Parts: sequence; structure tokens; C-alpha cells
Amino acid sequence: MTVPALAQRRTTAEATSVASARRWREDLTGWAFAAPFVILFGVFLAFPILASFILSFTSFGLRDLANPIGATFVGLKNYLDLFGDSKFWTSLLNTFYFVVVGVPLTLALGLLIANALNRGVTRFRTAFRVGYYLPVITSIVAIAVVWRFLLNPDVGLVNMLLGAVGINGPAWLADPVLAMPAIIAMAVWRNLGFAMVVFLAGLQAIPASLYEAASIDGAGRWQAFRFVTIPMLRPTILFMTVITTIGYLQLFEEPFVMTDGGPLDKTLSVTMYMYQQGFKFFHQGYASAIAYVLFVIVAFAAFLQFKFLRSDA
Amino acid sequence: MTAVSARAPALTGPTPRGGRTSSSTWSYVFLVGGLVLMVGPFLWMVLGSIKPESDFLQNPPTFLPTAPTTNNYTRLFDQLDFPRFFFNSSVIALAVTVGNLLFCPMLGYALAKLRWRGKRLIMGLVLATLMVPAGITLIPNFILMSNLGLVNTYPGLILPFLAGPFGVFLMRQFMLGVPNELLEAARIDGAHEFRIYWSVVMPIATPVLATLGILTFLGNWNSFLYPLVMAQEPQMYTLPVALATFATGQYQADHGMLMAGSVILVVPVLIVFILFQRWITEGIATTGLKG
Repeated sequence: MTVPALAQRRTTAEATSVASARRWREDLTGWAFAAPFVILFGVFLAFPILASFILSFTSFGLRDLANPIGATFVGLKNYLDLFGDSKFWTSLLNTFYFVVVGVPLTLALGLLIANALNRGVTRFRTAFRVGYYLPVITSIVAIAVVWRFLLNPDVGLVNMLLGAVGINGPAWLADPVLAMPAIIAMAVWRNLGFAMVVFLAGLQAIPASLYEAASIDGAGRWQAFRFVTIPMLRPTILFMTVITTIGYLQLFEEPFVMTDGGPLDKTLSVTMYMYQQGFKFFHQGYASAIAYVLFVIVAFAAFLQFKFLRSDA
Repeated sequence: MTAVSARAPALTGPTPRGGRTSSSTWSYVFLVGGLVLMVGPFLWMVLGSIKPESDFLQNPPTFLPTAPTTNNYTRLFDQLDFPRFFFNSSVIALAVTVGNLLFCPMLGYALAKLRWRGKRLIMGLVLATLMVPAGITLIPNFILMSNLGLVNTYPGLILPFLAGPFGVFLMRQFMLGVPNELLEAARIDGAHEFRIYWSVVMPIATPVLATLGILTFLGNWNSFLYPLVMAQEPQMYTLPVALATFATGQYQADHGMLMAGSVILVVPVLIVFILFQRWITEGIATTGLKG
């Protein structure tokens, strides 16, 4: 190798070492900012997600609590047992019922209210927003306690009002057919304010010129809604559908407080069944399998909604 | 908000059907009717909390209390340990809020504005956990905490929530909008990256921090499943756990006391919400749109 070539190499080497020192400094700064969050995130979120996957292949129970590493691996047994567990299927069906009826109702009412608010309502705007949003920020436990009394067949407000117009109200939460609809009504009542706020922001982002153009083309109110509002809101609707579905799939507090999963398991949800298995019977391996099945359903639901709501225009 | 109120008349004004008054009248009727349904249960709760027990035994029930009483509240304080539950809820929600306000903006800044190896991986991991059901981490965290001896302790109830992915998402969205020129100017002045973050970025982030702080506080004040599992001794109960335990246990028929308990659980949140409602609804709308 010639001398100039060597010198040449030295300088490039120096240049790269300067660059790599800078690179290291940048890495150090970035990680210094990231580290506190990443450590907590790793220990209490990322690691548990992995751990619960592993747990779902063990027969982890109360006696393993002191020595988690010693839990016995049982392969796919928990998942196979779930497949034959009729109570699990019931909880799954109940949860789907809650989602399939509850999500569209929540979104439709939220959109209806947002649209009414956006349409020439200028006075008391804040009062409406606050009022409709109130239940969203309220503890579900408190709401469920209050609704349990509202729906009480003997001393509840709902049946008192029904009685005033001559209807003999049923025992809502004790009726196997009516219990889930009552819980759905409460969930819709609680969550429509969230949909309203998000839809209102979406509506306000639609340029007024689009409505003017539609009106020049002779579009009526409904047509403007159908051909301007809905297409323009598509991303917001997608977002709300995904968020609400993910939330509703995790139904827990409402049946826990109002019905304890009854009557006849008609309001037993997947998360509730997981809680019972994990913390009443201490079958924590089995409960982890339930949690993972729910996780897969949540991910799959989100994927489906992205795929279908996005493509067809 | 202002842009909208300016546009609203223009939108409805030129409609040939002259629908302005009638359509907005219908909107008002619809909205007011809905508002009654939304606020009604809260009113029923507050009225119920000051009713004497005899009012609940009447059939048909009374809407207004016949003889208002504070008895339900005094029973909550004397027979049950509600001041303690209130204290527990406050400590946990405040600690978690402080943690998220410290850690989420730091990572949000690093993800939006700094160059470092591993950034994409961390961003992918954090955002991927946004939609993971809470039930997934419940059992492993319970096992972890019981091995660390932290079940029934404040750290056990606080630690897992100090760093929430939602906060990172929110803060990153905001940080992306901070102009690079601002940061470059500070860098040229020789400011260290941490100084830039603390004295240039954080001051302009105040509104987002307020949104994150309020949402985190509310979410943790209302949190139920995790504290239900982790607070097994009554002295560690949070308000929702206490209320749910009593409502499904020995006090399940005690209308007045449970209504009073609900009021205590709801009122602090109502105060926070009414004071800061603009930050909450606007913060949610922003993340909703950008999500």
C-alpha cells in the first residue's frame, strides 16, 4: 500500500470516528430521554404482556404464587379446555352481543347529537357539551350503582315513570332477556358524549364550501348529510368504531356491579369470566389464556375495521 | 371554536328552504330533551343521597326527599372508612399523574425531535400497546407485585401506571408540531438538549400537559379492575373498589348510603371537569382526529 493511500485512509478513519462519536452522543441523549419511560414500560407493560402469554401455557395456580418459575407447563391444554368450556362461550357471545348492538347505537347517537350541535346551535353550546360529556368522565362503578337503583323494579325511577303512563315496568336486571339490553342502554348513555365530542371536531373540520357546492347542486339536508358529511367523516368514524369496539370488548364494571354476570349468566362478559377464573378460583394460567383470546379478538376486530371501513368509498 | 360560530350562520343562512329557525328549534328541542336524560341520573343520585331510608320504602317512590338528611354521609364516615378511601384514591391518582407528566413528554420529545438508534423500535412497541386490553397485564403484574411484597401497598397500586402509552402518543403528536427552527436556534446558542427540552419545549407544551394531566387523573381516579385485584385489605381500597364492594356485599340494599358514596366518588371529578372542560374535550377531539 502506498503512503498517500494510507494517509487517505487515516483521514477517512478519523472522519468516521468523529461521526461515530457524534452518533454515540446522539444515541446517549435519545436514550437518556427515553430511559425512565422505557424502563417502567418494559417492567410493567411489555414484560407482563409476554409473561401472560407464557402463563397461558401453564397450570399456574395459588400454590405457584410464591415460586412463579416452578409453574407446570401444560402445552395447549388451557386453550383446548376453553374450547370445550360452555361458560366461556356464553361469556364470548354476551360480549359480542354487547359490542354489536352497543357500538352502532353509541356512534349513531353521538353523531346525531354532534350534528344537531353543529347545525345552527350557538347558544348554550358549552352547557350541552358539558352535559352530554358528564357521564364519560364519571366512574362506571358510580354510574352502575345509580343505574341499578334507577332500574330497581320496586323503588326505581324508570318504572315509576313507566307506571305514571300506565305501564307496569319489568324487573330489568333480573330478567334474562332484558338484563343485557339494560346494560347496553347504560353503556350507550355513558359513552355517547365521547363520540359526540370527536364527531363534533370532525364536523367542524369539513369546509363550508362543500355544503355550499352541494346546495347549489340542489342537494337537500339529508343528501348533504349522506354525500358530504358521511364521506368527509369517514376517518373519524373509523377511529371511533375501532376505539369504541376495543373498549366495549372489555366490558367488566357494569355486570360486576349490576348483575354479577346473571341472571343465568346472561351478562357474564369475557373479562368478568377471566376475573372469576383468575381471582376467585385462582386458575391464573387458565385466566391468562382467556385474556389472550380476548387480546386476539381485539386485535382482529381492529384489523377488520381498518380493512373494511377504509377500502369501500 | 370561534371559527365555527362564525361559519355556522353562513352554513344555514343561505338555505333556500328558510329552515334556519325551524331546524335550529328542532335541534334545541332534541338537545334539551337529551340533556334531561343525561343529567337526570345525576340528579337522582344527589337527591337519593339526602333521602331518609323511609323514602326508599315507599311505593311508588318519591322523587324529592321528604325530609332531607345528612345521615347517609355521616354513616359513610362513621361506619365505613370513606375518608381513608378518598385519601387512597387521591394519592394514587395524583402520583400516577405526576409520573405521566414527567415521563411521557420526555419520550414524546425523543421520538419526535431527536435522532437515536432504537427509536423506531421503541415507538413501535409503545404504540402497539395502545390497544392491548388491560386484562392482559393484570395477572402477571399481580404475580410480580405479590413476589415483591407490594400487594396492598401504594407502590403496588401506582408503579404499573406511571408510564402510559397514551401519554407518549399525545405528547409525540404535539412535539411533531414544534418548529425545528426554535430548537435549532437554542442549539446554536449552545444550549444542552435537556435545557432546550426544559426551558424551550415544556413552556409551550403547557396546554397539552394540562390535557394529559387531567385525563390521566380522571382515568386513574375512576380505575377499577386493577385496584380491585391489588387492594385486598379494606384500608387500601380506592373509592370505586370500596363502593363496588359495598354495593355487591353487605350494604347492597342500602340505597341512601350507596348514593352518598357515589356522590363522593363523582363530585371531585365533576369539579375538575367543569373547571377544565375545554382542555378535556379539545384534547380528546385533537387526538381523535389525528389518531
